[in-house]
Amino acid sequence: MSAVVKYADVEAGAELPPASYPVARLDLIKYCGASGDFNVIHWNERIAKAVGLPDVIAHGMFTMAQAARYVTDWAGDPGAMTEFGVRFSAPVVVPDDDAFVSIEVSGTIEEKLDGNRVVVALTARSGGDKVLTRSRAVVRLP
Amino acid sequence: MAVNKDYAGRSFAATEPYEVSRVKIAEFATAIGDPNPVYRDRDAAVAAGYPDVIAPPTFPIVVTMAASGQAIADPGLGINYALVVHGEQRFSYARPLHAGDVVTAQSTIETIKTLGRNVVMTTRTEVRTVDGEQVCTAYSTLVERGTAGEAE
Repeated sequence: MSAVVKYADVEAGAELPPASYPVARLDLIKYCGASGDFNVIHWNERIAKAVGLPDVIAHGMFTMAQAARYVTDWAGDPGAMTEFGVRFSAPVVVPDDDAFVSIEVSGTIEEKLDGNRVVVALTARSGGDKVLTRSRAVVRLP
Repeated sequence: MAVNKDYAGRSFAATEPYEVSRVKIAEFATAIGDPNPVYRDRDAAVAAGYPDVIAPPTFPIVVTMAASGQAIADPGLGINYALVVHGEQRFSYARPLHAGDVVTAQSTIETIKTLGRNVVMTTRTEVRTVDGEQVCTAYSTLVERGTAGEAE
């Protein structure tokens, strides 16, 4: 965890360092159990393909959690988020192999608001696709 | 089977009270791969100004899915969950959930629209403590792929 970022030290337009988060099939199984979302498309290749997906896909909420971590690791206080919204623009495809798939997250300080709040615009990519678009988090900084 | 658009505007009963536990928060944090100590270590959370370990920002989905799941599972709505993908998700937070919170979630289907061959449904779910304190609101967009235009 990084030190807490201060509102006065943040500049609109600044880019945050990108980060990469690995995901393997086992992570999706864990996320099924932890979240209670056992939709078959997140663990069953046979049914995922039968309903027209390329393979098993990650829960959108798993990808959103990686984007949340990106912001909270930067801000330093996970409780500082006041708004967080994402659009799932493409699935994160997670094949049954021994390699990890990467979710690459990047962010920009889009705007400074009153009340010590800043808007972070986020993008996430995986396998060459943009998997999160129109994604924004608002965090309140000290 | 087609999705029943008459369900737009329908509200569902609040869920039974859900007690947020340290163990569940830690399990969730491990599942998303986030090692932050405020999700696991009470002392770290207290030092950061919280009454107990706090939950990650996306944790409320555990509670809100139980509520929106009621809607999705309603046979009258006619959704095939294997064809459903998550389109958008947004949270508005009054504060983070923490261990010891006892909350309920209450869902409303806001809109049901056809977009090409897809059916797009938006829901709003309010998370409140059993004492009535508003904690967060979750807005979800769910897409049932390729079923629009099927025979009723």
